Amino acid sequence: MKILQYLINGISIGSVYAIIALGYTMVYGIAKMLNFAHGDVIMVGAYVSFCVTNYLGMPVIVSILASVVVCTVLGITIEALAYKPLRGTPSLAVLITAIGVSYFLQNAAQLIWSSSPKNFTSIVTFDPIHLADGRIVITGEVIITILASVVIMAGLTWFTSSTRIGKAMRAVSEDRDAAQLMGINVNSTISTTFAIGSALAAIAGVLLCSTVPTLQPTTGSMPGIRAFTAAVFGGIGSIPGAMLGGILLGIIETFSKAYLSHQFSDAIVFSVLIIILLVKPAGLLGKQVQEKV
Amino acid sequence: MSNYSKKMVEVSQVTLLREQDAHKEPVLDVRNLGIDFGGLTAVDNFSISMGPTEISGLIGPNGAGKTTIFNLLTSVYQPTRGSILLKGIDTKGKTTAQVARMGIARTFQNIRLFGNMSALDNVKVGMHYEIPYSFVSSMLHLPSYYKAEKTANAKAMELLDFMGLADVADHQAGSLPYGVQRRLEIVRALATDPAIVLLDEPAAGMNPSETAELTDQIRRIRDTFHIAIFLIEHDMNLVMNVCEAIAVVNYGKIIAKGTPDQVKNNPAVIEAYLGRKDG
Repeated sequence: MKILQYLINGISIGSVYAIIALGYTMVYGIAKMLNFAHGDVIMVGAYVSFCVTNYLGMPVIVSILASVVVCTVLGITIEALAYKPLRGTPSLAVLITAIGVSYFLQNAAQLIWSSSPKNFTSIVTFDPIHLADGRIVITGEVIITILASVVIMAGLTWFTSSTRIGKAMRAVSEDRDAAQLMGINVNSTISTTFAIGSALAAIAGVLLCSTVPTLQPTTGSMPGIRAFTAAVFGGIGSIPGAMLGGILLGIIETFSKAYLSHQFSDAIVFSVLIIILLVKPAGLLGKQVQEKV
Repeated sequence: MSNYSKKMVEVSQVTLLREQDAHKEPVLDVRNLGIDFGGLTAVDNFSISMGPTEISGLIGPNGAGKTTIFNLLTSVYQPTRGSILLKGIDTKGKTTAQVARMGIARTFQNIRLFGNMSALDNVKVGMHYEIPYSFVSSMLHLPSYYKAEKTANAKAMELLDFMGLADVADHQAGSLPYGVQRRLEIVRALATDPAIVLLDEPAAGMNPSETAELTDQIRRIRDTFHIAIFLIEHDMNLVMNVCEAIAVVNYGKIIAKGTPDQVKNNPAVIEAYLGRKDG
């Protein structure tokens, strides 16, 4: 029974990684850059939600909406100010800028909210479900997190395959120049991608802090790196890949914490990643591009 | 090279417009276009005027600057000198996407379809700016979303059918045979509702029967959509057959302009292609 409980918890934390990984993978797929500040947008989202609930006394749903709006605007702003001017420069320049933005967000959060941890109140208020005579407990957070990730995954898949803007995104991701010649504005497509990724980060932030209620300026960085790993693991650029990678990473992490070693869980997770990438360099669902010669 | 320019004068004054285009504003009016890459002049003093329903060819030896000219026309490169008027409007400083929306579409020498998308979706990407619904209405599944998608699907299918590609609408573009991909690229270009289409070696890699079919299709495109077609091609049969006017470039400069017959017999052209007789 314990194994089932670990599995459920693993899927739950994995779903949070998956939602974050979606942001990484979409931005990478379309803008061809690694947005290392993505994890810190999560942290900002959680702080906004925290403030709206605790200082303004607003209901949970308002706090989530506020957090989504703030993060969306933040994502678009970061892209416009920090990344857009570097379009066409070597990818290393953009990468370093992203790391800079990450530190900027962390330090700004430290100035605004101080570095002392805040106790995040969970957004979920209903009681946990007990199964098998109480040997398996499914908390409300677990249910909401898994549900949210399924809805987001389905929504994004539909959006990219069936809407005009989604198709433009896929076109830009495949061939930016050809897409431009079809009249597609690449800059606004990239902005939209950042907006969607950051809105997802806000939701991930709220879900993450509902599960792990300590909120501080560095809250987003480790989950951000794990989610990035998950995106690479699943095949960066692939939406189902990010989802699969996130959930698998969550499960591996929970199991290694439970059965092997709590302290070394990250080391184990990353070792698994290295092994998988050795076997499948493009990730689980990534396309192996064969160059014609 | 000075020899070329002397010989060119004889034919460059010929009016190339089709009868029905004679009194109409040209769709494309290029004047003294030039571009330098560093110290290298890739295109120089290139001028051409095309009527709204004209089929013209751009030929020349490999490396003559033909694709560079297409890249200039589509604002992939900004010209160093000269001007491009598309439907009377100067395209200077406009982005590729803006020029595309003004009515210029193209295909590529090395096919650049969106390989992971279906043939139908490739065409619908071309129709991007004609599908009139917003981000919000698609997210909320408003009726305007369904209506617009339905219209777009119908139009895309019609275009595919026009080039005989309706059967492969759901196939992944990258998995289609080469000749089919070339035709799909033309459909995608037509989907942008252009006033002029640039075809970069449309017959490359095609067998003679496919080329013959393409020749008919190019004419049919013009007659159905009433648009101008400007094509780069090495297959002289196709060029001489379908083009009403031909411009020959070498070393980035026009060495001859005229009807197929005029060009065929122009000594400068023969020299550029075959070399000089007397060394």
